[in-house]
Amino acid sequence: MMDLKQDWQKPYQISTKTQESKLIIYLTGEFGLKNLASFAGEITSLFSQQKIRAMDIDFSGITYLDSAAALSIIQVQKAATAENIDCSLINLNDETKGIFSVIYEKALTRSPLKEKETREGLVTQIGGASLNILHDVVTFITFAGELLSALSYTVLHPQSLRTRDVLFYMKRAGVDGLPIVGLISMLIGLILAFMSYLQLRSVGANIYVPSLVSFAMVKELGPIMTAILVAGRSGSAFAAEIGTMVVNEEVDALTSMGFDPVRFLAVPKVLAAVIVVPLLTLYADLFGIIGGLIVGITGLDLTAHTYIIQSVKTIQVFDVVTSLIKAAVFAVIIAGIGCQKGFQVRSGAQDVGKYTTSAVVAAIFLIVVADSIFAIMFYYMR
Amino acid sequence: MQSPEHKPIIVVENATVRFGSNTVLENVSFQVNKGEILVIVGESGCGKTTLLKIMIGLQKTTAGRVLFRESNIMNAGQMELNNYRQNIGVLFQSSALFSSMTLKENIALPLQEYTNLDSATIDLIVRMKLGMVNLAGYENHSPAELSGGMKKRAGIARAMALDPIVLFFDELSAGLDPITAVELDDLIIKTNEALGTTMVVVSHELQSICKIADRVIMLDKATKGIIAEGTPADLKEKATDPRVRSFFLRQAPEHNSQDRSYVR
Ligand SMILES: Nc1ncnc2c1ncn2[C@@H]1O[C@H](COP(=O)(O)OP(=O)(O)OP(=O)(O)O)[C@@H](O)[C@H]1O
Ligand SMILES: [Mg+2]
Repeated sequence: MMDLKQDWQKPYQISTKTQESKLIIYLTGEFGLKNLASFAGEITSLFSQQKIRAMDIDFSGITYLDSAAALSIIQVQKAATAENIDCSLINLNDETKGIFSVIYEKALTRSPLKEKETREGLVTQIGGASLNILHDVVTFITFAGELLSALSYTVLHPQSLRTRDVLFYMKRAGVDGLPIVGLISMLIGLILAFMSYLQLRSVGANIYVPSLVSFAMVKELGPIMTAILVAGRSGSAFAAEIGTMVVNEEVDALTSMGFDPVRFLAVPKVLAAVIVVPLLTLYADLFGIIGGLIVGITGLDLTAHTYIIQSVKTIQVFDVVTSLIKAAVFAVIIAGIGCQKGFQVRSGAQDVGKYTTSAVVAAIFLIVVADSIFAIMFYYMR
Repeated sequence: MQSPEHKPIIVVENATVRFGSNTVLENVSFQVNKGEILVIVGESGCGKTTLLKIMIGLQKTTAGRVLFRESNIMNAGQMELNNYRQNIGVLFQSSALFSSMTLKENIALPLQEYTNLDSATIDLIVRMKLGMVNLAGYENHSPAELSGGMKKRAGIARAMALDPIVLFFDELSAGLDPITAVELDDLIIKTNEALGTTMVVVSHELQSICKIADRVIMLDKATKGIIAEGTPADLKEKATDPRVRSFFLRQAPEHNSQDRSYVR
């Protein structure tokens, strides 16, 4: 293909002749998109300098004309008419006439059917944003209700559950996430052990490093890190998957077949997450402690035996159980928000991107909020 | 073919649909008779898909009612709506096959959900339906591996899976080669005659319309409603409205040519 922007060696010529008060412009050569900018200006400058009543544009020498060039000649003609010059196009052959005939005059002047969206003032924008937040909250609560009713239907009619889908999403969210969850947790454990060692060695309290690591991992970091990773990996995937199905009318198709899209699409994902996230959390706890153990053995002169004894002494059943409860709640948040954002998609790839992002952001935000509530709740429960 | 008593199965009464300030349908009323093939025609963007969607209950009307066997589906509960939907089959304009499933699973889905047939029988039915639309052997293909026309045919097979009472086809023959299109027309006529299935079809193919339609209604973008209604032969011969005539005589209305007066 030819580069449209490349400099053209003017393959056209414009010459003029004046007869009485009439200007005749002879166009010879090729006129197209590539030299549009230069020739249109040239022709305009020709007649705007002179005092003439009429003007002919002669096409007999044209060897190539495209629709853009024809359009610009029409614009020249209009400009001339505006200056009270009677402008005609002459000596067109059938081919050039054909090119002019594809230009549909009304389309040039018709105003857009839809007003272009104008930028709103600050107050309007703030108002709009608040309304959006309110709307988000309402749709979220509505969806939570639908999800709850779909879940209870599934509990009452277990045979309606798409077990294969549950297993599929358990693999996606759980098994496939094992490497990254393990790696991140181990690194967190390492960092935690190392940082606490730097502080505790001054008081000679190295022996408390295992306690600190296991306490922090089981109570907070394990559940939170796992939830954030799952939100990033699977919450986004759920939103994108359902969003794309909305765009492809697949959700409409489901509805038209009498299926409840929430029960069909959201329930398996939520159930899979609820099963898998607590397990992943235990696994993350374990790897966090292993990370700490590595630092303990290599840097703290602790034996593996003492390290493990110390860790186990710190962790209580209550802590493990609450951390699993937390993980299950986080799982509902992640999968629920992911599905809800997916269903909010209306049209197009951009919407899918937008709601996928917002699924992750909203899920992480709500996870942290829920975690704070849990922290207070468990403090008073002890 | 059309039953003599013209018993309506779906009645649309004064339906108006607005998207924001954009009114797409205004005061549209018509009925679908039991056992007939009703074809909806009209230029692109005039609201044919929207009209189908209100009949399926996927789109709420701003005003007006849609009755299926005398009960209004616009204010029906979820249960009632789902019951209604088990009696209908829909082919969407974009086919809307479930992309995560194979063709077999797509077609088997409603059978698994709404019948208690064993999997061997379901398998057999799936193969029969795929054979009907000339897709025998494609059971294990996923929709992404099919061409546009093949997806359309698979969509038709899925719509017909439960042998529904009413079938809705959006853009039935768009994207199909003429031979397949003719075969589909035959399938539709056969299904209609043998099973008495009522059909609502959006189509642009004049030949196919004349062949399959018992009745045609024509929508118009400017008036946002029905501008003609009748048998294809009636519309072809007796219609006086220039819009209807130009559709049935396959000529562009002469609005363009007058404006092209640059050349003297
Ligand atoms: N969800 C929506 N939101 C806003 N406007 C919509 C929506 N759906 C449809 N429309 C508008 O409604 C009008 C009719 O759309 P519809 O899809 O029903 O047309 P159609 O007759 O099926 O066209 P085609 O033959 O091209 O499929 C269009 O002008 C479109 O802009
Ligand atoms: Mg349509």
